[in-house]
Amino acid sequence: MSIANEDVKTKPLIVAFCCNWCSYAGADLAGTSRLTYPADVKIIRVPCSCRVNPMFILRAFQRGADGVIIAGCHPGDCHYTSGNYFARRRMSLLFSMLDYLGIERQRTRVEWISAAEGSKFAKTMSEFAEQVAALGKPNHLGELR
Amino acid sequence: MSIQDKILARAKELMADGTVTSVLGWKKGETYTDPSPAFFTSVEELERDFIFNHFCGQNLSRLLNGRKAEDGKVLMLCKPCDAFSLNQMLGQHRLERDSVYVLGIPSPTILDADKLRAAGIKGIRGSRFARGGEVVLDTLYGEKRIAGKDAVLEKCLSCKTHKFPVSDEILVKPKGEEHDEPENPYRFAGVEELETMTPDERFAFWQSHLKRCIRCNACRNACPVCACVKCVFDNPGSEVAGKSNIDAFDDKLFHVIRAFHVAGRCTDCGECSRACPEGIPLHLLNRKFIKDINRIYGPFQAGASDDGVSPLTEYNTEDMEPGEAILKGSGS
Repeated sequence: MSIANEDVKTKPLIVAFCCNWCSYAGADLAGTSRLTYPADVKIIRVPCSCRVNPMFILRAFQRGADGVIIAGCHPGDCHYTSGNYFARRRMSLLFSMLDYLGIERQRTRVEWISAAEGSKFAKTMSEFAEQVAALGKPNHLGELR
Repeated sequence: MSIQDKILARAKELMADGTVTSVLGWKKGETYTDPSPAFFTSVEELERDFIFNHFCGQNLSRLLNGRKAEDGKVLMLCKPCDAFSLNQMLGQHRLERDSVYVLGIPSPTILDADKLRAAGIKGIRGSRFARGGEVVLDTLYGEKRIAGKDAVLEKCLSCKTHKFPVSDEILVKPKGEEHDEPENPYRFAGVEELETMTPDERFAFWQSHLKRCIRCNACRNACPVCACVKCVFDNPGSEVAGKSNIDAFDDKLFHVIRAFHVAGRCTDCGECSRACPEGIPLHLLNRKFIKDINRIYGPFQAGASDDGVSPLTEYNTEDMEPGEAILKGSGS
């Protein structure tokens, strides 16, 4: 049974892991500022960008996500001092590995969005959704199941 | 004096003078091509069962996991690639340095019994390398010759060095000890070949290999640095403990997680691929991480030192952003 999103060109399903301290508040600001971004961005709040276990990302793809984005505090601004620095290294290697396995690099992204950057949040999500939609097909892992 | 006799003689000496109480090496199997790792506790056992030939491929470091000084000193017969694993384990505090006497022995260049079987060579009784890298095999059916690259185990074809990062004694000084060895051009060839493919081709490649996975966990269990006592894959709640073919996720992505867990610690000993009963080229996963780390964060060899530091345990405030890093890692 395929649970892949067949409608990827018009409604790409994006999973966004947002850091509680910056990016999640950035998403809040985008909302209260009445900024628009694609409704198919599903936000999952995490305490820090480095809380994101590689399994979360793989599982999101397997359950039919078309793209996964991780949003955290700007380097130097981590609530826990250094979490995003570690996340940056891990995600560099993990996303490179996913690309190597055939999950296109356009489907993954790391972005630093502060609590004051509501417009950056909306812009990033719109751009990313477009980028994923441009691939025009569901990800391979979703088809596997 | 053959290298086997040299090792045996030195091992007996060290046992006789009480430096060590046991020896970790290889013992004869049913045939010439299946020696297995073994602990020897007496000189008689050593004389009867010890063997060292072109099929002693197993990395022995793994067997010292958890060893303490009070267990008595063991003589470890250590090939260069095993020494990197051992050093990495020491860095992770997986064993006590005082519990092991490391005797550096030259790598004999391991032959791949599966490759030889596929080439139709049976009944092997002896092996040697001829000039020019050709392998000469003494078999029940006469002498057989085969080109080196068709007979040598993958991990030896992509050998990184003949030097020892840790040792108490080196039996035969490797050639060119003082010189830097040239980089083995073959080492990352497999990874580079995959990188030039399109994502769809790469997926098809991995699909064709990983679908054979039987989730026997041999790759995990054979790995010397994958030495946690409790493992995420043994936790039924982890959702990756299932058996193959129940859920495609399990067998495909188990391998990503496994490789990621040892990223920065993997010494590239090739034990995962050697242990895999289905012949899945697992080293290509680990080696991709190694290649990326080298490109993005500068040259790094796990096990070269025993300080336990890896590129994933530290960071630099000026590190490259992931988007840029992926491009750099894949060389495009």
